Amino acid sequence: MNLYEVASKVDARILTPTLDLSREVYCAYGADLLSDVLAFTRPHTLLLTGLFNLQVVRTAEVAELAGIIVVRGKTVDQSLLDLACASRIPILQTKLTMFESCGRLYQVGMLPCSKDVECVNNVCHPM
Amino acid sequence: MSATLCKKEFYVQKFDFQHAGKAASDVRKLLMDYGYEQQLVRRVAIAAYEAEMNMVIHGQGGTLALEIDFEYIQLVAEDNGPGIPNLQLAMQEGYSTAGDEIREIGFGAGMGLPNINRCVDFLGIQNKPQGGTIVTMQVSLGAEK
Repeated sequence: MNLYEVASKVDARILTPTLDLSREVYCAYGADLLSDVLAFTRPHTLLLTGLFNLQVVRTAEVAELAGIIVVRGKTVDQSLLDLACASRIPILQTKLTMFESCGRLYQVGMLPCSKDVECVNNVCHPM
Repeated sequence: MSATLCKKEFYVQKFDFQHAGKAASDVRKLLMDYGYEQQLVRRVAIAAYEAEMNMVIHGQGGTLALEIDFEYIQLVAEDNGPGIPNLQLAMQEGYSTAGDEIREIGFGAGMGLPNINRCVDFLGIQNKPQGGTIVTMQVSLGAEK
């Protein structure tokens, strides 16, 4: 599913409308611990997080994430959106909790970043 | 004998969370401009970012030096901090001396050095006698990790 579809599944607002959201996303990771994100995601993973600061955007950039969903309606500063746009990291915002956001995406086939998922050229399938 | 293709140094300020991650971002862009493969760039960028955050949080700032030659990409993080008293503990996942304010921004979970170790082919950590730590990281070119 692409990020437009992701946004509709979790009732999210798109905060970076100038970025392309049409690329397919296959796996997601939910965390507020950024070292965990760096350690356990794959390139082009979608991140769900309740934390939104400059380090989250930097983390998404170096880990080459597909985008960030900021959960439970957390406020997002314009300066961070500017950095996200410059780094080409799409930002979505939902009022749903982390649990419900992850649950809705899992229900429609989003995969975890676990070892029993095989990804080739950023296309992932359960093994 | 190997020849250096690129050498660049980035300055990292202590507790400067506005710019923390900028050096890693610049390292990443530079490697992408050189045309290195995505997985390799990602490994170097993650190692650079964790090393940079360590310098910001624990190391009283310092320098991150990038060097590329035909055989490997090397990062050397040299900080001005107190050094690492117990290296074995610091390499353990989950061990951290960071305070709550660091945890609030998403770091300080005790994953920094283990994460670096996961990304690189060689990791060397040396405490300087006069204080400070030198962390040397190398990613081999042409080798998978």
